[in-house]
Amino acid sequence: MSGRSPGALLDADRATRRFGDVVAVDDVSLRVRSGEIVGLLGANGAGKTTLIRMLLGLLAPSDGDVAMFGTTPSRATRQRLGYVSQGLGLYGDMTVAENVEFNAHAFGIRPDQISLSDDLTSLSGRLVGSIGLGRQRQLAFACALGHRPELLVLDEPTSGVDPLARARLWESIRSEVERDAGVLVTTHYMEEAEQCDRLVLMAAGRVAATGSVGDIVAGRTVVAVAAASWSEAFSALGDAGYDVMLAGRRLRVVSDDVGAVGAVLRAAGLDGRLAVVSATLEEAMVAVDTAR
Amino acid sequence: MSFGVDGLCVDVAGVSALSDVDLDVTGGSIVSVVGGDGAGKSTLLRCLVGRIAPTAGAVRRPASHEIGYMPATSGTWRQLTVAENVDFVAQAFRLSAVERSRRSADLLDRAALAEASDRLAGDLSGGMRHKLGFVMAVLHEPDLLVLDEPSTGVDPVSRVELWRLITEAAAAGTAVAMTTTYLDEAERASSITVLDGGRVIAAGSSDALLSTFPGSITAPERATDPRRAWRRGRSIREWHPDGASKDGQRPLETADLSFEDTVVARMLDQERLASTESRP
Repeated sequence: MSGRSPGALLDADRATRRFGDVVAVDDVSLRVRSGEIVGLLGANGAGKTTLIRMLLGLLAPSDGDVAMFGTTPSRATRQRLGYVSQGLGLYGDMTVAENVEFNAHAFGIRPDQISLSDDLTSLSGRLVGSIGLGRQRQLAFACALGHRPELLVLDEPTSGVDPLARARLWESIRSEVERDAGVLVTTHYMEEAEQCDRLVLMAAGRVAATGSVGDIVAGRTVVAVAAASWSEAFSALGDAGYDVMLAGRRLRVVSDDVGAVGAVLRAAGLDGRLAVVSATLEEAMVAVDTAR
Repeated sequence: MSFGVDGLCVDVAGVSALSDVDLDVTGGSIVSVVGGDGAGKSTLLRCLVGRIAPTAGAVRRPASHEIGYMPATSGTWRQLTVAENVDFVAQAFRLSAVERSRRSADLLDRAALAEASDRLAGDLSGGMRHKLGFVMAVLHEPDLLVLDEPSTGVDPVSRVELWRLITEAAAAGTAVAMTTTYLDEAERASSITVLDGGRVIAAGSSDALLSTFPGSITAPERATDPRRAWRRGRSIREWHPDGASKDGQRPLETADLSFEDTVVARMLDQERLASTESRP
């Protein structure tokens, strides 16, 4: 066996997965080391879910190699993993305390090793289905962290929670990283992606870009347009075939040719201030996806 | 055209869901309502479209056939095809045959759903289903378009397409109100209302909200009070309610703050106010 990187908690080496004629994951290499947060991004159908299922050992690769803690994913490796799925994996018709006991039992720890916030402790007798999504997410986190996993795999960890609760969940993810856990996060949201140390962008089953937010955005620019009437400018640029995004009352045009954008506006008899500005991560993703 | 709510209060089963909420939605612009699960976003939109009656306050809305509403579940029928979903809505709004075929062909094309018109809505990806829900809400060219979390669970590429459709509707003069749990998305609207626990904790343009928040935010090496600190990647942010940091750190300038930082500061302020009120 070649290519397994020593010290990597998760290691996909040229992993490929075919379903009949469809290649869902095509020659993907990805590593998560201790002390880092890696974000996995991509459109629907990009292959993220299939890759995660291989990394968790739920699906075997057709080609290439997948390892967790340097070995083939198994029941034993899963004891060292904390996994929070998008569905959270809680039992809605059981109480908070019962969910904690169940998870503690599954990981062979005492229930008091799963540390709950005061807020969740005060709700220990309530059915999980009745405590609201934000608290359910905190509970799922607490349950996944109780056995001090070396590796965390999180699927859209802060979807649906308010900004303060999101900040606190990220704080707890960072403290896990500071005690040397490694984290893999899949997300659709740029605010989560920007919390990661390194990103892997997938498109059509392949790795389309990789690096920090800065690396992925580096050198990409868009044209910011401040026009007297954003709606007229939006229509004129849209008709000319540009990808145009709204930002308050200004527009952002995915183009590196400021002269051409200005020409479209002038031809439509419109006035506006134009500036070349750095692309956002989302704009860079659109550019990567449309370029393939 | 101006719609909205004034001094809106809604009690659900004796518990306050919304308290003294104002919202203005004018033609040709997009208003975003942002907050977490349980903040009252859906209740506000359901009041605006007339699905629930307010306990107190006024609602300004057009006649029901001038409202387009997309619920958080997308409002599509899973057992019907894309084309059947659109036809069903067209009939409900009594669009003429000519108008129906013109509008649906145009919208499905712009939503990149034309090739999927014979697929069951239940078989579509989340992103496609949300775009279909949008097409159904906007088909009859309403004056007021109300979208409940149109982009939740939608992948980034579909989300950009969805935003293009929403922006096109506003550019054509429609008044658009939408909810989201994500602040970067809320910031695209011309006006943002931040809801927390059924109350408005901030409202205005993103520029205005970035420059007017209580206290100050610093980027310390180590937080002086962990309860008021959060992360931006590896770096730390800390909020200081009285404006000055105890360790003499200089507050960050507006250009170095994200909208999310300032909303976290506002929510910490709300938490502080609530705890001072409850203290004996």
